[in-house]
Amino acid sequence: MSCQQTHELIHGYLDGELDLVKSLEIEKHLEQCPACTQNYEGLRTLQSRLRDNSLRFDPPAKLEKRLRSALRKESEPRSPIFRWSWAVAAASLLAAVVIIWTVASISSRPSPDEVLAQEVVASHVRSLMANHLTDVPSSDRHTVKPWFDGKLDFSPTVKDLAQQGFALTGGRLDYIGNRPVAALVYQRRQHSINVFVWPATEAPATNGKASERQGYNVIRWSNGGMTYWAVSDLNLAELQQFVQLLQEQT
Amino acid sequence: MSDQSRAGRFEEIALPHLAAAYNLARWLIHSDQDAEDVVQEAFMRAFKSFNGYYGGNSRAWLLTIVRNTSYTWLHKNRLLTHADPIDDKLDELGLDFSDPEVLLLRSVDAQIVRAALQELPVEFREVMVLREMEELSYKEIANVVDLPLGTVMSRLARGRKRLQALLAKHMGKEASIELSTNA
Repeated sequence: MSCQQTHELIHGYLDGELDLVKSLEIEKHLEQCPACTQNYEGLRTLQSRLRDNSLRFDPPAKLEKRLRSALRKESEPRSPIFRWSWAVAAASLLAAVVIIWTVASISSRPSPDEVLAQEVVASHVRSLMANHLTDVPSSDRHTVKPWFDGKLDFSPTVKDLAQQGFALTGGRLDYIGNRPVAALVYQRRQHSINVFVWPATEAPATNGKASERQGYNVIRWSNGGMTYWAVSDLNLAELQQFVQLLQEQT
Repeated sequence: MSDQSRAGRFEEIALPHLAAAYNLARWLIHSDQDAEDVVQEAFMRAFKSFNGYYGGNSRAWLLTIVRNTSYTWLHKNRLLTHADPIDDKLDELGLDFSDPEVLLLRSVDAQIVRAALQELPVEFREVMVLREMEELSYKEIANVVDLPLGTVMSRLARGRKRLQALLAKHMGKEASIELSTNA
């Protein structure tokens, strides 16, 4: 690869948007070209400076309240006539939904995995919304692990991955698939990662399967008789890296 | 779905992205109060078009509405200024980072980085904020700003180059202030 081509593609490389072949070509060129390497270093420095959290503008606390009350106002029924016509519309919609749902559930019932994935994402969202990420906020795994004793009928493995850039921030009790489960919370920059753990009841069909739901990345796997689900709005590549680290150390 | 439960479901999907929404609006609008108003209007618009949202990436969906609402506001207040085409020459310069420049960039005050980013024309500023602060992929950015994927990459490249030039200007100022106070 020439310097000219490297110049054109270096941004895609920096942003992790190039395919493997092109990335390797760039890396090969960087190894032997000090000028391009220095330019890349400059771009990387610029990127890391822009990712500094102090550059973010945080919303004032009152804004969320303001939005909630504006939404409530917006969704209030207006006049009785209006409400009545809405009731008719809602009733016919409901009838239609029941018919469609009945037909759909006969032909394609969601798999148990599907249901679990929905629960896991809902739980992740709830934990962020209610500002209830952790019951035991601690970055020390020797604090987090014993906290679960007596609260669960199993003992989850708690890893500290701060060195690798995934800081443990605490643990929480949650309820998924009709049973209490352990939720371990990690932080990567401003992204929270929830890892749900419970004893596996059956061998998983697909290990390490990743999917996307409502904009969140979800990865499930099992290890040592436990089922694990990781959910985050972190990009898939980094979430996969995180899962790999957890698996390596387990 | 009743209106109330629709509102509940909307809150569940949209509110987790409030920080990203406000950050984007504030970077586009430059004023706390106006950014708050724009975010509120964007959330109302999003709520009204909520029936048109059938899953998928809720963050990119919401940021698209925030971005469009911000542009409407800028337009209404005659604050919409695009990059000077003469400056395009800047984009053609093979401006590379020099060693001392990289060192300086590493230690320069965050306020200077902020000032330089604020000075960047809006069409570059928005892709920089979406990419670096919200960490959207090229595909997501293409959806939010309604541009082809290739244009997203070249705009990021040009944005970074312009930002580098602006930073050099600001850092130069800082260096000369230091010199004059020392003298």
